[in-house]
Amino acid sequence: MKILVCIKQVPGSSNVEVDPVTGVLIRSGIQNKMNPYDLYGIELALTLTEKYGGEVELITMGPPPAKAVILEAVAMGATRGTVLSDRKFAGADVLATAYTISQGIKKCGEYDLIICGKQTTDGDTAQVGAEVAEYLGLPNISNVCSVDDLKDGVLYVTAALDNKTVKQSITLPCLISTDGDINTPRLPSYKVKRALTDDVVRFLSFADFSDQDPNHYGLNGSATQVERIFPPEKNTEKHTISGSSDEQADELFALVSKLKLI
Amino acid sequence: MGKLVINQSLLNKENAESVTKLCPFGAISYENGGLSISAACKMCKLCAKKSGGIVTYEEEAVAEIDKSLWRGITVYADCQGGKIHKVTFELCGKAKELAKVTGHPIYALLIGENIMEQASELLHYGIDKVFVYDDEAFRDFRIEPYAAAFSDFIEQIKPSSILVGATELGRQLAPRVAARFHAGLTADCTVLEMKENTDLVQIRPAFGGNIMAQIISPATRPQFCTVRYKIFEEPPRTEAPSGEIVQMSVTEEMKKSEIQVLKTDKKQTDVDISEADVIIALGRGAQTDALRAEAEELASLLGAMVACTRPLVESNLFDAKHQIGLSGRTVKPKFIICLGISGAVQFTAGMKSSATIVAINTDKSAPIFDVAHYCVVGDVAEILPRIIKNIKEVKNV
Repeated sequence: MKILVCIKQVPGSSNVEVDPVTGVLIRSGIQNKMNPYDLYGIELALTLTEKYGGEVELITMGPPPAKAVILEAVAMGATRGTVLSDRKFAGADVLATAYTISQGIKKCGEYDLIICGKQTTDGDTAQVGAEVAEYLGLPNISNVCSVDDLKDGVLYVTAALDNKTVKQSITLPCLISTDGDINTPRLPSYKVKRALTDDVVRFLSFADFSDQDPNHYGLNGSATQVERIFPPEKNTEKHTISGSSDEQADELFALVSKLKLI
Repeated sequence: MGKLVINQSLLNKENAESVTKLCPFGAISYENGGLSISAACKMCKLCAKKSGGIVTYEEEAVAEIDKSLWRGITVYADCQGGKIHKVTFELCGKAKELAKVTGHPIYALLIGENIMEQASELLHYGIDKVFVYDDEAFRDFRIEPYAAAFSDFIEQIKPSSILVGATELGRQLAPRVAARFHAGLTADCTVLEMKENTDLVQIRPAFGGNIMAQIISPATRPQFCTVRYKIFEEPPRTEAPSGEIVQMSVTEEMKKSEIQVLKTDKKQTDVDISEADVIIALGRGAQTDALRAEAEELASLLGAMVACTRPLVESNLFDAKHQIGLSGRTVKPKFIICLGISGAVQFTAGMKSSATIVAINTDKSAPIFDVAHYCVVGDVAEILPRIIKNIKEVKNV
């Protein structure tokens, strides 16, 4: 079985601040890391190939240093990966990102199964997987908690859907997005990491894609536009609730009522 | 829409160095006497604002669309197992507010099996037209039939904005359909506003809530957004129904799917305090059997989870899964009430980004009061029973 896992390099910390004057993100000095949700997807892919044979490839989109996440996944047991990297991809929203990734996947080849993590920790939208599936014309299931069986080109999975768990079958090729915390991702092998060469990573840019219309990528290919970013209002207000115990209790009751917790 | 252009003629060695430092993403480099911008660029345009003309942003013409062809604000009515999710009603209320700006009608889109009763229910929430796709193919949620019905609705009705509840179902369906129409989609909006030109203004937290982003989709229709449950107010149900129900025809093509649902179970809920919206946290000042029982009772009344500090885990009063803090779980609920917790840094590091923090402690100098929004210097054992009694009275239990 040929499996492709979509992964992303994200800032190591979510403590990002906005420059109050320019309104621009201050992110310098923050280490990057693999999006933690992607580790469950990689682990699932590796487990599946151990059981059913085949190999695991990766795809990511980002600046050249994003190849670090490919190398990390290869050290975990994947075979090789592709970085989609081009200035023309800059400023992409969900739509343009999903389109770029789907173009990259088409260039990489045919896969039986594409796996995405639940969401990224920097964008937090959890939308790219389903959009990639749409662009590739594949059926998709989100919040997959386990893959239970594979028989005659049909995958049997258990997925969470709001307050239910749903056992279902899906015909390959397909795309699944994993739920969070569904397995224990293995650690990268230090031995493999040391022996790694750069030829496990391939770079693709705009010039390699079959769709050569630059208006489908990056900022120009994005339907949404960020009009402005601004810091949230901080709750600097501190309220002291005083009085007798009964009065304090009644005021707290009023608070939980106001917050619609009842 | 546009691009960054480097005016190499204005460059010299000194100003080139300073331009490279402008970029918060390290995307600008200076090599061989020329500046270049790499794929790390996020199009934040800071360089264009600050480089004194060395880097400029050039607008490019965007193909205009005729926005007047797209009319109506649609609420996707999330209906699973015959039950309309309450986020739907909240979105109906918001849609009505938004429609006041543009005078657009309000629609609901309902997909499922045997759902005429649910369609009628929506008529009590100010909907002008409820469009219904009712077929056994829609008994269980499967992406292709639901997306096909949704797309059919958009093609026929051409709504300007579509609000989808950010349930797990909505989070799969909205992006799938949005991509089909090459339309913009903003997840987890916390504020929605409407411009007179029918652009939907969508505000959402970015980067884990530290930053808010205001987003529009100026050149595409329809405009999609998802909104979580309990973000907007649920409007009161009107006594008399208004509006009409429109039955949509379901074609064989729509029913096609590569997915088969075999079995549906109610979810086994494991303890995961990091997912909780409301938390009752206990510390050493609230570890008696009576207080723990009362905390459990309050938690069940508020739909909350009970959590604790490390000492209570070490005393075997709670399983480690309940522990908040650096050595336990990090939580970010909408509401947390800390009972008898002094507020060691080890603990507060795991909960201080909670939206509303209440602390009850007898010691007025306890550090927990530095992070709390509501500070109650008092005795938990006296305060807690009365809160429970008050809640029980309004809940009639």
